[in-house]
Amino acid sequence: MQVENTEFRPKIVAFCCNWCSYAGADLAGSSRLAYPADVKIIRVPCSCRVNPMFILRAFQRGADGVILCGCHPGDCHYTTGNYYTRRRMTLLFSMLDYLGVENGRTRVEWVSAAEGVKFSTTMNEFVAKIHELGENVRLEDLRCKN
Amino acid sequence: MYRIDKSRLAELFAAISGNQDLFLPLRKADQTNYGLWSEEECFDLDTLKTVKSAKDCFFPQSEVLYRCKNEDGKLSIDPQKLCDRPFVVFGMRACDVKAIEVLDRVFLSDPVDTFYAARREHGIIVSLACHEPEETCFCKNFGIDAAEPGADVETWIIEDSLYWKPLTEKGEALTVSLAGLLENADAASAPDAAEKAEKAVAKEQSSIRDITEKLPLSHLNLSRFKPENTMELFDSPLWEEMYKPCLACGTCTFVCPTCQCYDIRDFDGGKNGVQRYRCWDSCMYSDFTMMAHGNLRTSQMQRFRQRFMHKLVYYPANNDGLYSCVGCGRCVSKCPASLNIVKVIKKMGGEA
Amino acid sequence: MQELITRAKELLADGTVSRVLGWKKGDMGWDPEPAYFEKEEDLKDFVYNPFCGANLSKYLIAAGKLEGTTLVFLKPCDTYSFNQLTKEHRVKREKTYIIGVGCHGTLKAEKVLSAGIKGIEDAAIEGDTLKVKTLYGEKEMPLMDALLERCKVCKGKIHVVFDELIGAEEGEEAGPGELAGNRFAKVEELEAMPPKERFAFWQEQLSKCIRCNACRNVCPACSCLKCVFDGNQFDSSQKANVDTFEEQMFHIIRAYHVAGRCTDCGECSRVCPEGIPLQLLNRKFIKDINTFYGEYQAGADTESRAPLTDFTFEDVEPGIVSERGGGR
Repeated sequence: MQVENTEFRPKIVAFCCNWCSYAGADLAGSSRLAYPADVKIIRVPCSCRVNPMFILRAFQRGADGVILCGCHPGDCHYTTGNYYTRRRMTLLFSMLDYLGVENGRTRVEWVSAAEGVKFSTTMNEFVAKIHELGENVRLEDLRCKN
Repeated sequence: MYRIDKSRLAELFAAISGNQDLFLPLRKADQTNYGLWSEEECFDLDTLKTVKSAKDCFFPQSEVLYRCKNEDGKLSIDPQKLCDRPFVVFGMRACDVKAIEVLDRVFLSDPVDTFYAARREHGIIVSLACHEPEETCFCKNFGIDAAEPGADVETWIIEDSLYWKPLTEKGEALTVSLAGLLENADAASAPDAAEKAEKAVAKEQSSIRDITEKLPLSHLNLSRFKPENTMELFDSPLWEEMYKPCLACGTCTFVCPTCQCYDIRDFDGGKNGVQRYRCWDSCMYSDFTMMAHGNLRTSQMQRFRQRFMHKLVYYPANNDGLYSCVGCGRCVSKCPASLNIVKVIKKMGGEA
Repeated sequence: MQELITRAKELLADGTVSRVLGWKKGDMGWDPEPAYFEKEEDLKDFVYNPFCGANLSKYLIAAGKLEGTTLVFLKPCDTYSFNQLTKEHRVKREKTYIIGVGCHGTLKAEKVLSAGIKGIEDAAIEGDTLKVKTLYGEKEMPLMDALLERCKVCKGKIHVVFDELIGAEEGEEAGPGELAGNRFAKVEELEAMPPKERFAFWQEQLSKCIRCNACRNVCPACSCLKCVFDGNQFDSSQKANVDTFEEQMFHIIRAYHVAGRCTDCGECSRVCPEGIPLQLLNRKFIKDINTFYGEYQAGADTESRAPLTDFTFEDVEPGIVSERGGGR
């Protein structure tokens, strides 16, 4: 007998920079630290590669939360990339908030290659937050909904 | 002829929408546009020109044509259902009614556009005479009478009454369904009321015609816009001068009641399949008529010329001299650079 | 106005400039169009009155590619756009002769017409009254009811770049005119709303969008040769108003792309056929930039680094948005 699964499984997109955060995620894995499978990681060369449009696209395509991880400020592989990210995301998040999208669906976290633990706790926290907020309806595109 | 108190319009709309969908000018966020009526909506019959025309009701700005889905290797195609329920569009002005004729000639001639045809078949148009045409109106040039808007039912709002005159079978049927509300003012059965109504309408009509006669743009010279002048107009050096302020936005085409070009696009909805939809296109856009080899019209001047040549020369050449401008004046009031068809007519028509 | 024509004729005659970019009389008195004048006699149709709202800076991108120098008339706020374009190397300062013209506010024709003023021939601003010359004699209305939104919060009478001034004084006081209100008032009002209401507000406004792209095409900051929304590989329906998402996406991204470069010239809200208050999106970015990274006015100079191409080590973290809560 098939049991229908009605529990809310959030879809979460995590953009991770190649040099720090992706390695941090790797470390979390090899250290056997758990984080929910709802998080789908997209590897980017630098957090600064993430165009604000990527974040909106993710929401359009059904993401319930988007998190962006990069090297700690000062540690960017490309020296200054994440400083720009910081400004860009601050403004974008503020704009989304201004448009009435629930606060907390977007997040930026700096995770170094040595911070497997931080990666795992961040993801756990973020998923919990999205569970609390529920499904993303304000930025959804009906054409992408089943 | 029939009559109803203006104060009872909401009742009338409720009665109409009881049997079918009703679209009419609604006031929303400070603008008036055609929309689906419901009791919470605020209708606005005083605004002469809705931002977009009623074209939307028959030829929506975007509509899905079909959806396809790939489920476990099986491809399914699900065509969009054609309109199969009657609906009423209330409050269309004479120019917008005439614009439907322009669209009909495009979409109802072979090959017939089935989506449009289905909407035309099920749509009932109740037109409304323009109490006070504005200075941006120039419908008179195209033989349109704002005092006699035509369509299935024509109406006039005069002081506190709305006069209602069915003209076609569809209009008669709609009138019958509203018998409880509309007061009879028919010559045979209610001669007194009929006389009063006819008098009121005749007075209103002559007042509207007087105003139209005096409007600044009512007497344009269209004589040069003939098929035999096509090449001469096309090659005119004036285009080069006129197009310059054009921003290449699509405002004029999207507010125009007769612009009929559309584009067909796909939207990839991921797991939800692909939607093929069509949406209005604008000849002002650089990707208009884009083909594999590139674009035919490579400069904004050519695109600008295309729009006006189409309205004033190409379309009439193919449609018994019917211009595809109805003089609604929306472009006159909305163009961000204050360009419009009137300026083109004046300049190309030889006026200073 | 006569002074402007005379000066333009002089400059055309002595060969300083090859053409004049200004405004040409329309059919109605309230619809002047931006126009080029190449011969002295063409200038008979030149007009400059409060209906000349169009910011001519953007036309200078095209004018810069033409032979010779272009004379352009810029209102105080238009000069900010010009400066910004100079900074981005989109216009050629050396091929432009700028006459700064005095401005007492520009009008929203619709508002004047809907106040019942018809047969408009000309208009002039006297103090807080708008005097309109019409076929039916002189008409008056309160200036505040006729002004474009941007002029109600005028950013000042000063020209930041010019070759000469006509109808304006050099060193005229910077800062907003005496009528100007707080340009962030409405932004603050929205910020104070609960998110749900804010969302409803934007939903209602943005769903009116007809995707005509007028806001983008008129914007002096939107000077890309090919807009990202015009790419045909990109899955965006740049001309279809499909549902609210695409409209939201378009307007957020458009505002974002001009963030830090938008001079708040207000052209986008002037041209929107559906009257969407687009300035509220741009001003939100300006306000945030001012709060987080220090006061910044795009176009005030041609050297400074734009806020989004700059950083400091001490910048706030994006988390500030949720920490402070409620949209401020």
